[in-house]
Amino acid sequence: MNWETVIGLEVHVQLATKSKIFSGSSTTFGAEANTQASLIDLGMPGTLPVFNEEALRMAVKFGLASHSSINHRSAFDRKNYFYPDLPKGYQTTQLHEAIVNHGYVDIPLENNEYKRINVLRAHLEEDAGKSLHEDFQGHSGIDLNRAGTPLIEIVSEPELSNAKEAVAYLRIIHTLIRYLGISDGNMAEGSMRCDANVSVRPVGQKELGTRTEIKNINSFRFVERAINTEVERQIDLIESGGRVIQATRLYDSIKNETRPMRSKEEANDYRYFPCPDLLPIEIDDAYIEAVRDSLPELPDQKATRFQKDYQLSAYDAEVLVVSRELADYFERCVQTSKADAKLCANWVTGTLLGALNKGATDIEQSPVSAEKLGGLIARIADSTISGKIAKTVFDALWDGANSADEVIEKEGLRQVTDSSAIQGLVNEVVDQNPEQVESYRAADEKKRKKMFGFFVGQIMKASKGKANPQQVNQLLLEKLEK
Amino acid sequence: MPLDENQVNNIAQLAHIEINPEDISHYTRDISNILDMVKQLEQASTTDIEPLSNPLEQIQRLRADVVTESNQRDKLQENAPLTEKGLFLVPKVIE
Repeated sequence: MNWETVIGLEVHVQLATKSKIFSGSSTTFGAEANTQASLIDLGMPGTLPVFNEEALRMAVKFGLASHSSINHRSAFDRKNYFYPDLPKGYQTTQLHEAIVNHGYVDIPLENNEYKRINVLRAHLEEDAGKSLHEDFQGHSGIDLNRAGTPLIEIVSEPELSNAKEAVAYLRIIHTLIRYLGISDGNMAEGSMRCDANVSVRPVGQKELGTRTEIKNINSFRFVERAINTEVERQIDLIESGGRVIQATRLYDSIKNETRPMRSKEEANDYRYFPCPDLLPIEIDDAYIEAVRDSLPELPDQKATRFQKDYQLSAYDAEVLVVSRELADYFERCVQTSKADAKLCANWVTGTLLGALNKGATDIEQSPVSAEKLGGLIARIADSTISGKIAKTVFDALWDGANSADEVIEKEGLRQVTDSSAIQGLVNEVVDQNPEQVESYRAADEKKRKKMFGFFVGQIMKASKGKANPQQVNQLLLEKLEK
Repeated sequence: MPLDENQVNNIAQLAHIEINPEDISHYTRDISNILDMVKQLEQASTTDIEPLSNPLEQIQRLRADVVTESNQRDKLQENAPLTEKGLFLVPKVIE
């Protein structure tokens, strides 16, 4: 039987506010346990929450960037459950009236087309603390620094058809929140986390199969693997006569399997009700328009501009706008080099990204600044050095050299364009290889081409890569054909 | 009666309240009576009335995004029965 997969994602994004959603505690990551947990975060009796205006603005920014409608009136609800890292016994969230509803994002597919994924809603809520289950005198340890950190939970419609699409969607969300500056999106630190609702059904069946929810997946790679593993499990289960039970599961990245979370059946009865401690939030059109005006240029807009202003291909533009930092780097590179933007795009997406990848670092930590790379590209553009020699200069810059010009001078890498010098090399190589010259002249057109390469190689070698290749070709041809 | 004893047991479990088995029928009757009383409200016509999420006809005041709290861990943990390395200790949550 052929199966079809249906996936919906719930993405939790920590908002990059300075203080918590309902208290004036700091949200800095990595502080010593419980040093950023105030009376309010601890849920002490007699305290009252006051809502952080920046969390609201950030949620609205996401709503606008995802083409969603912004609710003029939204309100908080309480989601009740007992867990030690949730000191109040409820999570303050938005169930009935979320701030952001019904938007969409377009995700790139492997066949270069786009698929529109609808965003059902994005609501504001508070994060819980952290439970540490190592043994502390036979107890669990609780750190409430994270309790009360503002989150938006972005809920997609179940419109993703495989793990690759889920990852593509997640990457788009990641790019958006980073462009908007509303989150650092650091999955390793938990700033962005993902729950995946996964079900399968026979191809052609209209109603959805029973779904399971995989909780708290914390890397792009694990999202793909967790979903694939779960899909396989569900299909195997059904094909061997079993049925999928609706449950929450955890992904174990070491064993590459999902397994049920130990939870009682009634655990899902959250008994939501409107939070009596918080009044409704009202915003007007003027507020929304002011936020809209403050939005930065978003990835789609930037990609369109890059294609138009720099005549880049759609592919190059998309690679460059993956992050704001990379796009800015490229533009600074173009400015410094004053060269062809396409040449800059090639260097940034090829050599630079390759080196960053290999060095397991990112554009913000790049040892070669945009200005240095621009300086190098300028020397390729004005024919001071060849493209091949440029790679050597790039390596020197990567290892800390000050500027391309300095490397070129010091190492004497300037391209040789003096015809008499090149002619000398051509003569030398031709004279040294009389047998090859003989067989070249005897060969047919097709074979000659190949043999021609041999001579070019020898000459370039003799010039230590510095001879101008066009001139070498021309002078060599003249020499051999005469 | 709107509630049966199983539901009352379930509510008690959700609320982490321990109740005496012999008191269950008593609670079931009492809570059911309360629900019956509240149910009368459903008879009122609410057709042109906007849902009310808060009885105060005011909207939420917002706070500037500024850190105003300082580290009070030592004082706050004086209330805690057990702490270690700055953590609150609680009975083991997972085995």
